[in-house]
Amino acid sequence: MARSLNKGPYVDEKLLKKIERLNRLNERGAVKTWARRSTIVPDFVGHTFSVHNGKKFIPVFVTESMVGHKLGEFAPTRTFRKHGAHTEKAVAVK
Amino acid sequence: MPRIVGVDIPKEKRIEVSLRYIYGIGPSLSSRILVKAGVNPDTRAKDLTEEEVAKITSVIQSSLRVEGDLRREVSQNIKRLMSIGCYRGIRHRRGLPVRGQRTSTNARTRKGPRKTVGVKRKASMKKQGEGE
Repeated sequence: MARSLNKGPYVDEKLLKKIERLNRLNERGAVKTWARRSTIVPDFVGHTFSVHNGKKFIPVFVTESMVGHKLGEFAPTRTFRKHGAHTEKAVAVK
Repeated sequence: MPRIVGVDIPKEKRIEVSLRYIYGIGPSLSSRILVKAGVNPDTRAKDLTEEEVAKITSVIQSSLRVEGDLRREVSQNIKRLMSIGCYRGIRHRRGLPVRGQRTSTNARTRKGPRKTVGVKRKASMKKQGEGE
């Protein structure tokens, strides 16, 4: 179910504040975050986020085409398990 | 034989039905087009006059994206998802269902025909790994 339009996109307040501060200082640090549900807004472009996947932080560099998606979409929470030989080739497909 | 937007030449059927052979036009769009063009939906495709064909073509070309353009748009959208590396893109890359369906069973449309994977014994493991 899509989110109601009149609410506008959900953006994590704390994260947005942090990014705004970084933007003002013209810095591009990696921001650790658990806010996987936060929408990516244009302000986020160019920053690297460390998005928690439940176990560790996955570095996500935000580009322009990612705007409108959620941060969590870029940090998979599941490990892909497959039958068969665990060759390097099979692991590298991801 | 009528030719509407490029190569589609459905004939012998009612125009309402034969329009649906165009990629991107289904039952509802087909009838809407005919209303807009002012063509009787019960005419056979081969009985259409030149002007009627022209009218239908202009309605489609002015307001709809069909065939090649539509196919290209769809595949570009998928390519975008894959290139930004989001969850949906990864599912497309893997050939698994994208919208959260179960994969323990079913999902055969995406996964293709069943491939049985047996337990591999240690001695043969290396060989089969190379064979893939």
